[in-house]
Amino acid sequence: MEMFIMMLTIFVLAVFVGVEIINKVPPTLHTPLMSGTNAISGIVVVGAIISSGGSEHTTVLSTVLGVVAIALATINIVAGFMVTDRMLNMFKKK
Amino acid sequence: MEILINFGYLIAAILFILGIKGMTTPKTAVRGNQMSAIGMLIAVVAALLDYNVVDYTWIIVGVLIGGILGAVLAKKIAMTDMPEMVAALNGVGGGASLLVAAANYLESQKLAEMGKFVPTYDWSIAVILSILIGAVTLTGSLIAVGKLKGKIGDAKKVGLFKAIVKVVLLTLVVGGGYFAYVDPLNSDILIAGMIVLCLVLGVCLVMPIGGADMPVVVSLLNSYSGLAGASAGFVLGNNGLIITGSLVGASGIILTSIMCKAMNRSLTNVLFGGSMAASAGVSKSEN
Repeated sequence: MEMFIMMLTIFVLAVFVGVEIINKVPPTLHTPLMSGTNAISGIVVVGAIISSGGSEHTTVLSTVLGVVAIALATINIVAGFMVTDRMLNMFKKK
Repeated sequence: MEILINFGYLIAAILFILGIKGMTTPKTAVRGNQMSAIGMLIAVVAALLDYNVVDYTWIIVGVLIGGILGAVLAKKIAMTDMPEMVAALNGVGGGASLLVAAANYLESQKLAEMGKFVPTYDWSIAVILSILIGAVTLTGSLIAVGKLKGKIGDAKKVGLFKAIVKVVLLTLVVGGGYFAYVDPLNSDILIAGMIVLCLVLGVCLVMPIGGADMPVVVSLLNSYSGLAGASAGFVLGNNGLIITGSLVGASGIILTSIMCKAMNRSLTNVLFGGSMAASAGVSKSEN
């Protein structure tokens, strides 16, 4: 239970940080910001890596799921950051 | 090693915060995005050092497949297709969280067999939430892509979808309660059933919403995918995931409300658009 309270504390504090860092975003930046934060949500790859690391408690099915999860999360991360970069560079030229 | 790993997650979280902050002003936006990317790299390295990771073969396979596919997609996609691309990527991320939750469930069974794991209520709730949010993000985003492309028109039977949503939600509460309180470790079929139901739920939640409101919906689903990551963090007991997931979740909600304001709509209005259309007209005339 102590572990849970610790995690909950971190969660709540991070939520407040997330709320505070976004303010007055110009409309042109809405889509890139969405795309950028979306790439960050690919952080779930961390969970996928741990799941498919081949430790003793993994099963065949859990490894398969983990590898597919890694592939999906990596697509999200790589394409997400690249696409955001492309969008932002387009604004620069203007 | 454990300290080093957590330190890595901390650095990554700081880079994400500064990165998101940077992306809110045009001048620093490009740098902000790069900072987040570096943060991601650090988080991945930290995850690779985890004591549960003993074999890198499959990880490399997964990263290679995902990395190549992602890079090709990002290069090839036309600028005009960006909203669909973001929505699709979002769905992919949601799918990843769903799979992580499912994989972790299977591993927890094995761990419990070895006597190294005892299910707790907060663990079972986190598993269900991860599955729910991940699955809804996956199918919801796919429907959003279809609507943005104009391949899925606006639904006519709005009432039907809303009824399905209610039934599914009720079933999930009952199923989830059974899972958490009765038998968390031998519920394979129940979990599989709930995954299917949650996938259906994602479709039925987004179907009634009009195509014009899709950017707001995608933003909201983006926020969900962050929360899905955070709940996966609760399942795994991983601080890096919790911090980053909740950051994205919270900033996504705020961005959604900013976008709603820019479109002169309220969030509830968008979400329950179908049946609220009439009352929206009333409030306009009141103004």
